[in-house]
Amino acid sequence: MSQETGQGEWPLWEVFVRSKQGIEHKHCGSLHAADAQQALRMARDVYTRRQEGVSIWVIPSAAITASDPADKESLFDPAKDKVYRHPTFFVIPDEVGHM
Amino acid sequence: MNKLADYALHLADNALILGQRNAEWCGHGPILEEDLALANHSLDLIGQARLLYQWVAQLRGDGSTEDSLAYFRDQQAFLNFTLLELPHCTALAPSARAERDYAVTIVRNFFFSSYMLLVWDVLQNHEQPQLSAIAAKSLKEVRYHWQHAADWLIRFGDGTSESHDRAQAALDFLMPYTQEFWCDWPAAKHVLPDTATLNNKWTLMVGDVIKEAQLHLPDASGYVTQGVHGIHSEHMSYLLADMQSLARQHPGAQW
Repeated sequence: MSQETGQGEWPLWEVFVRSKQGIEHKHCGSLHAADAQQALRMARDVYTRRQEGVSIWVIPSAAITASDPADKESLFDPAKDKVYRHPTFFVIPDEVGHM
Repeated sequence: MNKLADYALHLADNALILGQRNAEWCGHGPILEEDLALANHSLDLIGQARLLYQWVAQLRGDGSTEDSLAYFRDQQAFLNFTLLELPHCTALAPSARAERDYAVTIVRNFFFSSYMLLVWDVLQNHEQPQLSAIAAKSLKEVRYHWQHAADWLIRFGDGTSESHDRAQAALDFLMPYTQEFWCDWPAAKHVLPDTATLNNKWTLMVGDVIKEAQLHLPDASGYVTQGVHGIHSEHMSYLLADMQSLARQHPGAQW
């Protein structure tokens, strides 16, 4: 029932935990597990021992497509001189709350 | 001593001894994630033991404390089930110090957490507020212990032929020790009058998982161990030596 990789190792999973105060799940680390249910259970023991979370997500690390660090300059540098993209020129009314 | 305090002591000893036994995996777990899981369970159990010992000390009112109960009693005074003090290997192992078998750990946790799910469920409605509060807290913890053990047992049974055989050997080896769960000793009878119903529920609950795991639940027969009467296996004194020697050499020592 386990989805073993070539070396007899269990696949890697990325763990996301939502904290009590947090509104989004944040990436907190990774672990090895045979399947998603086991990954969830292990994430509970590895990453929420100190009451860090109220909700856990796990996704297979293999499902993540990452940008190439070598492309960093072409991907991100062009945004440097475009400060007008930050909405810092607006005053947010109190009623709006968290954005 | 009164029966309620005796029974509370039995619950505390169960939790402490299994907590101590499972803590042997700390730093030696088969994988990092399991190492942490087992250490977590041990801390849950030792936490339960502390609450229970504090309450026993209160009931006794003879100056005993949680520490004196855990560290300064000899094995005849411990009332835990024999099942919980056994090392992590089957009878076939050449010695108690032989390599630990995770199937034994899991099957024992599975048998005991199934039992404690039923016991804590009854005790959370007990008229004594301390006992019902400890039961309600412990019930949440043991639900997770049960899930963990059942999950692994199914993986072992339905896994490779090696894991299947080891799981079956652990079931065969440990099942006779579960007979002690149902013996009517006075303190247990006082708190849990209907062990026959518990026994039926337990057999159904355990049987469902074992069937899913494609394993076979052996008959519980043969010698009925006497841990609840303070008569323990040869493994108990070694476990206590590990656990108690520091406190006895340095009484009152603090971190």
